[in-house]
Amino acid sequence: MTGSSAGGAGAVTRRPRRALSVAYVLRKCLSAVLMLVFVVVVNFFLFRVLPGDPAKAFAPRGRNADPEALRELRERLGLNDSWDVAFGKYVKSVFSGDLGVSFSQHAKVTDVIMERFWPTVLLSGTALVIAAVLGVWLGARAGWRQGSRFDRLGSSAAVTFYSMPEWLLGLVLLVFLNRYGIFPARGMNDPRSTLPAWLDVLWHMVLPVTVLAVVYVAEYSLIMRSSILDERRADYLTTARAKGLRDDLVLRRHALPNALLPSMTLFFLSMGFVVAGAITVETVFSWPGLGRLTYEALRGPDIPLLQGLFLVFSAGVIVMNLVADLLMPLLDPRVRAA
Amino acid sequence: MSAVTAARSRRSGAWRAFLRDREGMSGLLVLVLFGLLALLAPVLADPAGLDVTKAEGASVAPPSWDFLLGTDHYGRSVLTMVLHGGQVTLLVGLAATVISMILGTLIGIASGHFRGLTGGTLNRLTEWFLVIPYLPLAIVLATVFPADVPKLFAVIIVIGVTSWSSTARLVRAQTMAIEARPYLERAKALGGGHWHQMTRHVLPNVMPLVLANTTLTVSIAIIAETTLSFLGLGDPLRMSWGRILDDAYSQGAIDRGAWWWIVFPGVAVVLVVRAFNMCGRALERILDPRLEGR
Repeated sequence: MTGSSAGGAGAVTRRPRRALSVAYVLRKCLSAVLMLVFVVVVNFFLFRVLPGDPAKAFAPRGRNADPEALRELRERLGLNDSWDVAFGKYVKSVFSGDLGVSFSQHAKVTDVIMERFWPTVLLSGTALVIAAVLGVWLGARAGWRQGSRFDRLGSSAAVTFYSMPEWLLGLVLLVFLNRYGIFPARGMNDPRSTLPAWLDVLWHMVLPVTVLAVVYVAEYSLIMRSSILDERRADYLTTARAKGLRDDLVLRRHALPNALLPSMTLFFLSMGFVVAGAITVETVFSWPGLGRLTYEALRGPDIPLLQGLFLVFSAGVIVMNLVADLLMPLLDPRVRAA
Repeated sequence: MSAVTAARSRRSGAWRAFLRDREGMSGLLVLVLFGLLALLAPVLADPAGLDVTKAEGASVAPPSWDFLLGTDHYGRSVLTMVLHGGQVTLLVGLAATVISMILGTLIGIASGHFRGLTGGTLNRLTEWFLVIPYLPLAIVLATVFPADVPKLFAVIIVIGVTSWSSTARLVRAQTMAIEARPYLERAKALGGGHWHQMTRHVLPNVMPLVLANTTLTVSIAIIAETTLSFLGLGDPLRMSWGRILDDAYSQGAIDRGAWWWIVFPGVAVVLVVRAFNMCGRALERILDPRLEGR
């Protein structure tokens, strides 16, 4: 499969180049689909190698489950079938959007996940946008004036926060701020609040977004800084300066756009860390999203729910990577040539 | 043979450059200090202090002369717990890194060396592990891990298995660059087999890169260990930095304002991870001349 798609791309390069060739799009989509298929396969086999009777692990009350319910569960999980038949059933149910029933939440896994999906997007999305803007600005400034006080202090702070698990920063903030009670420490809204609903949610977002943004800014500014450093001695910047452009214009109009593009790829590649941040920070702040749901699913452990969450997180990251792969050639002619 | 000697002389030069690197040396100093504290933990603080039945202090007491870093909800000294927790956290971090480096180097060299189906499959596998978010994967692996394996080993293996992919990608690129050089052509012409090419020529040349990557991997592994422990997936029988923080969070340190219970183990985690990152950045600077002066 790899061989044929590589051959297709080779044939395309000889034709005059367009921003996105059909073969390129197809190849990237195919690779994303393959990755998703592999996630589904891993999901099936990993949870099937559970020691002992998998039905007991899947059952709500573990070993003390009702025998009748256990028998039903074995039937539904396909434990009475051979591996290939069970796998076929599993794949069919996944593709028809049926991820089973969660025991801890007493509801269908898909419903539980959908309900918790948007809070996570709201929290992580806000933090990501803030972090990307701030990180690019800080990193570019630090790299442009390499060795300056701003650069030394900034880079040192960035390495410190980069070395800190997000949830640890959350715990430290909470333990010092909690006694003042300015910002709510838990949840997404407060039924006793007199504020309008959107303002109440915004108020609850302040601390978790701050924590996530600080750690992501640290990572993004380090990426951006090294990207600017790569561009700094480029000939086109000397030309721009020779034309008599002001220093900040050289940075803004010439260096920044060129340095931004390779950083964007790395931003998209760091999506895995965004997921990790969401899981742990939502746990610390009891934010009712997918991350907190993962923590709750671990208490059981609620295996069907964990399976569903793993699928959703992986699919999310795979889709983000696909978007990056398809966007980059449109934005950056250098990627097109490669 | 020549590749081996060349690599060796380059390595001693790199070591001298590292001694001159301020960031790298201060990182190394912190690591030596924490290494000594972890090794000497049984001498510095009586392990009996970890036993909840022998706890001497008051419950959740702030730092005092008797308990320099305060106590937890059982009245155990946080200092004792941090010292002993360091042993487990560092052990897990280092052992997981060894697994990760071995996997990453083997898979990286093999996927760069072999063409066709083998290389393609290994490369796809690496890409898959690169893209899949590590924490959900680690959570899934830790949940389904056979219960008869001691939890400590389970955590080490889970972290090792989820963190090798970036090393493999780096090693693969380096392997392909090395294999394009004339001396590999010579080795092939003289009849050197796959094994000979990979171990005698490629391996000595990728090793410096792998070593620089190791320090960065340790920092990731330590963060992963504390995070898994914090989520309750660590070894329940052993004290580790993540475990202290998990206890603090679940026993209400936040509502009680017990900052010492969170800040001191937290500072230990950040110092050690930062020190590994500093060493890693210094090594990268030395081994990649393009990064001169960063």
